[in-house]
Amino acid sequence: MSATIDQTALPTQEMTLNMGPQHPSTHGVLRVILRTDGEVVVNARPDVGYLHRGLQKIAERNPYGSFMPFTDRLDYLASMNCNAAYAWAVEKLAGIEVPERAEFIRVIVCELNRISSHLISFGSFTADMGAFTPFLYAIRERERVNDLFEEICGNRLTYNYCRIGGVSADLTDGWLGKVKEFLDYFEPKIDEYNNLITYNKIFVGRLANVAVVSPEDCVAYGLTGPNLRGSGVAFDLRKDEPYSVYPKFDFNVCVGRGEKGQLGDCFDRYIVRIDEMRESVKILRQAIAMIPDGPVIAKVPRVFKPAAGECYFRAENPRGETGFYLISDGSANPYRCQIRTPSYVTMNIFEKVTEGLMIADIVAVIGSFDIILPEIDR
Amino acid sequence: MEQLTALIIQKVPALAVAPWAVTLLLIGIVAFIILQFAMVFAGFGTYLERKIAADIQGRIGPNRVGPIGLLQFLADGIKLILKEDIIPTAADNHLFRMAPYLIFTGSFAAFVVVPFGFSLIAADLNIGIYYVMAVTSLVSIGVLLAGWASNNKWSMLGGMRAAAQIVSYEIPVGMALIPAVLIAGSLSTQDIIRSQGGLLGIFGWNLFHNPFSFFSFFLYMVAALAETNRTPFDIPEAESELVSGYNTEYSGIRFGFFFMAEYADVFVVSALATACFLGGWQIPFFNAASLPPVWANLLSLGVFMAKALALVCVIIWIRWTLPRLRVDQLMRMSWKYMVPLTFFNFLGVSLWVLVFKGKGIPQMIASIFG
Repeated sequence: MSATIDQTALPTQEMTLNMGPQHPSTHGVLRVILRTDGEVVVNARPDVGYLHRGLQKIAERNPYGSFMPFTDRLDYLASMNCNAAYAWAVEKLAGIEVPERAEFIRVIVCELNRISSHLISFGSFTADMGAFTPFLYAIRERERVNDLFEEICGNRLTYNYCRIGGVSADLTDGWLGKVKEFLDYFEPKIDEYNNLITYNKIFVGRLANVAVVSPEDCVAYGLTGPNLRGSGVAFDLRKDEPYSVYPKFDFNVCVGRGEKGQLGDCFDRYIVRIDEMRESVKILRQAIAMIPDGPVIAKVPRVFKPAAGECYFRAENPRGETGFYLISDGSANPYRCQIRTPSYVTMNIFEKVTEGLMIADIVAVIGSFDIILPEIDR
Repeated sequence: MEQLTALIIQKVPALAVAPWAVTLLLIGIVAFIILQFAMVFAGFGTYLERKIAADIQGRIGPNRVGPIGLLQFLADGIKLILKEDIIPTAADNHLFRMAPYLIFTGSFAAFVVVPFGFSLIAADLNIGIYYVMAVTSLVSIGVLLAGWASNNKWSMLGGMRAAAQIVSYEIPVGMALIPAVLIAGSLSTQDIIRSQGGLLGIFGWNLFHNPFSFFSFFLYMVAALAETNRTPFDIPEAESELVSGYNTEYSGIRFGFFFMAEYADVFVVSALATACFLGGWQIPFFNAASLPPVWANLLSLGVFMAKALALVCVIIWIRWTLPRLRVDQLMRMSWKYMVPLTFFNFLGVSLWVLVFKGKGIPQMIASIFG
């Protein structure tokens, strides 16, 4: 929905508004420079970099294994996924064989983390739309995932659970049963969310037909993850470029269907995340049933030197494709570590899709892209 | 008031030398009581809202100050008074200071005509409803001033939104109240309530008078929600968009004024809806006039407060359930749907009153069966 004002009839002055870096709904320290004509946004330019910590440089100064805790700080809502993606990248570079049980554990924690990340996305998005209650429901469910993670790795936000060659510790006794319990509890909750807010008329009215991204634009701008699938492009690295033990599982790739408006609007991106939580539950149930016994970490020396060479590994994280490009010069530290993060790439299209929207829609767009700032700024 | 003055002078003849002083004193006492009620209700309203919100969200809510947290609002109030009152250097000092008073006056002055009971009303003005509409308009000026004087772009957007919204929704609010006025043939809130009496019990209420007044009640509640800037129409405050809208720059007790005014508004809206559509203080199946005055007043006060508080709860439930509309959707709703619908209702009720000589459906059914 774009609103325009006839400038010939009523000439008005543009106003420059500074949205952020301290603003309640920019999901962190994002700064958006808005040029508005009344409530209508003429131009919205994102200004990123307020959280830059130089993670890529830090990677060059540390042995491969020591960079693991830093990947927690990439996307703190999906630390497990970042951990695992980095571990897979290094293993690919060094040609390390990972025990199958470790791979299963990684997939289980990744999918659990995907659920908790999507919960936060769902919750904060509804809070941005003015409904605060679903946010607290989402937090309540996420708390249980945090409890599960705390039990296996001791942390609740930055897990640092994966190691090069496996995971830091085996699952505790009865942990898988607790995961199952959580899944039985959680699955009906998704319907509760849908009844509570998803198909609420006001909510749909706020999201349908807002910030439509065409499939072509998505591909051209390099959007990945739920943002890409929201526009109807069925591309999921877990299916299309399978890694780890994902090929063993049966699950669907959720895509936007243009359910309430044009294909690729905010509602489609939102509903893809809701659907993906169900698919994650499906994967988790299969993984729990299939998990083998065995060691959880390969014998990898603490400091090891992969042969000179390079590799790129990309994994499907909750926010899209997270890629690690590693170059080794044969020493104990990577020569170069380039991290491709989905939210950063998503910011490119921000200026284009927000043209002509209302100020309130900017909040909806930020929420529907589900950006996370430490990942943008690295 | 004159009768009361005369009564007092009759009892204490010494006061006859200055009857105006007695009147003045009485006015002062009544105003004080009303203001205290409004303040306490505003405080109680925040407590109620927090408790209900906590229930809805599966939390505990305030439970530290006093039994089950009942004194939380006192602690909050003391905190607000003790806080430093910051006025931004870039703000327009005089307007910035004035805005909270306008808002406070606007919403608290409406309490004058709130009919709490059989004869419990500060002033039974013969222009009651009209008076409420007039004084609550002060709020829109206050909000606009607050937004403008803060010299903050976000606040200004909030102020502009609020002014546009309040002005737009003033029309449906007024038009939705007209059916009650037409049926009673009076603008006085007490007359409107008296017209809903009789032994028909709840069927004497204007809500069930005719189809048009039935819809008017719901139209009024929706429009009034918008006029008081409550969710789903809280776009002037929209904390996720405008940070906090027009009251962003306010702190201390000036912010407290905005806060209290909001809850006072919520109560006034519920009270007016109760008075105009839900039979006000009418005790079902009892004629209040036939009871001894003390009992009539106490009972009717209880009935009125129960109805009004029930509506307050509904407003709070709505707030914690629904998301927020966008500003253009809000305006479209007012001008494209609410205004035509309320006008249609107005026409319908006018014809009804004309054709059926003011008789409601329950009354007609009752007359068939003798």
